[in-house]
Amino acid sequence: MSAQPLIEISEVTKRYPGGHEALSNISLGIEPGEMVFLTGHSGAGKSTLLKLIAAIERPTSGHIIVNGQNVGRMKRPALPFFRRNIGLIFQDHKLLYDRSVFDNVLMPLHIQGVIGNDAAKRVRAALDKVGLLNKERARPITLSGGEQQRLCIARAIVSRPALVLADEPTANLDDAYARDIMDMFRAFNEVGVTLIISTHDQDLINRYGGRKVTLAYGKQVS
Amino acid sequence: MKAWLAHHLHSLKIAAEQFRGAPVATLFTLLVIGVAVSLPAGLYALLSNLERAAGGVKPQAEVTAFFKEVDEARARALAASLKKRADVAEVLFVSKADGIKRLEAAGLADVAVGLPENPLPHTLVLTPRETTPVALEALAAEVKANPDIERVLVDSDWIKRLAALMQLGRDLVGMLILVLGAALAAITANTIRLQIYARKDEIEVARLIGATDRFIRRPFLYFGGIQGLVGGLAGWLLVIVAGLLLENSVAQVAAAYGSQFHLAGLSLQETGLLLLFSTALGWLGAYFAVGRALREHD
Repeated sequence: MSAQPLIEISEVTKRYPGGHEALSNISLGIEPGEMVFLTGHSGAGKSTLLKLIAAIERPTSGHIIVNGQNVGRMKRPALPFFRRNIGLIFQDHKLLYDRSVFDNVLMPLHIQGVIGNDAAKRVRAALDKVGLLNKERARPITLSGGEQQRLCIARAIVSRPALVLADEPTANLDDAYARDIMDMFRAFNEVGVTLIISTHDQDLINRYGGRKVTLAYGKQVS
Repeated sequence: MKAWLAHHLHSLKIAAEQFRGAPVATLFTLLVIGVAVSLPAGLYALLSNLERAAGGVKPQAEVTAFFKEVDEARARALAASLKKRADVAEVLFVSKADGIKRLEAAGLADVAVGLPENPLPHTLVLTPRETTPVALEALAAEVKANPDIERVLVDSDWIKRLAALMQLGRDLVGMLILVLGAALAAITANTIRLQIYARKDEIEVARLIGATDRFIRRPFLYFGGIQGLVGGLAGWLLVIVAGLLLENSVAQVAAAYGSQFHLAGLSLQETGLLLLFSTALGWLGAYFAVGRALREHD
């Protein structure tokens, strides 16, 4: 057994107001440097689990330890600092359309107080990694779906997080784009980034062959 | 430190962009705040001017004491002892004989002649140092306690009325400050609420990628504070302009009363206080609006 797992999920249940149980009694450990696929039908609880790990939502019972911190019990003022260590990639991108590609990627650095040349360098490095360096002045609305997803990835990795959570990053992309994105993830994983990727695309998982966690109706199947 | 400064500058820039983005709406908000500020400020200025005008008349408040039948030396001794008191500014002793002379001088010689003997008592006219009704009454009560004094007249009714009116005015200013101050904060909160709504995507993303509440709040606080400050300036200007417009008619009224009177605006300190107050209220309104929005996001 190596050191402490990066993420330790034990007996986690998430019940929403109204009684719907999105997750029941999930237990899971993720080591640093792993690449984990979360899979299952839509509504199986993949997104909910990612939200719990990122402290966007809190578990109804059980606990989640990330990097030694109990996420469910975290105090409100500590949350921002916790989230800065996590790169979040959303299915709907959550890009800001009122500013350039460059400024979208700059935002996490700005929030962390990184400014000036140093910040610009890091933004360009992140854009270069996702192949959008030549579009830094463009508005996100003018980008294709795949490019928007890549922009979202650049924003997630610009602050060099050790953990990246991606919620259905390839959902609306055709196969070539999806492979692009997955190649990028694998490259991050190779330099030590821990990745948790939710997807319902079995082919993709088979092709990239990481660890697979399957959820069905909120329960852990494998 | 540099990053901190850069962030503050950035927040200011965002706030300025909000102003630029909706110039007409901003102008109207500023006007509304200006009017809200100018009402209590204007009333306050009016009141200070009235107090100043009344100040010229105040020293005439007097306590008049009439002696029993005592000889003049004894009466003068009391006058001298009263003169030494700290709360008495001036003592005028009017003897029996002086009293008659005064009567004659006032054109009532016929009356004086017709009298069999001088019926007037020795009289003291005291001018107190303090002209508040309370001080007047206290002095009058003490003088009256003297066994040689027959009667004391206090000329304090009009002072009481004036003081009561002034107090009413001050209460009104206080009330206006409370009500319109709350309105100012509410106006700001409302504009901020609209801005938050327009930028809710940005706020959501910022929170997801680790922005603190403070980071999110700051541009809005700047906006609220600046809006309050500029609105306060607008209110101050309204008061000044109103003063200038009234200056002429006030001078005419004063002239009709045979005096000279110039309206005074707000002093530097009062202006500073007004601007500080309106800035603080704008800031406060923004603080509450953002605070509410942030809690709703949880």
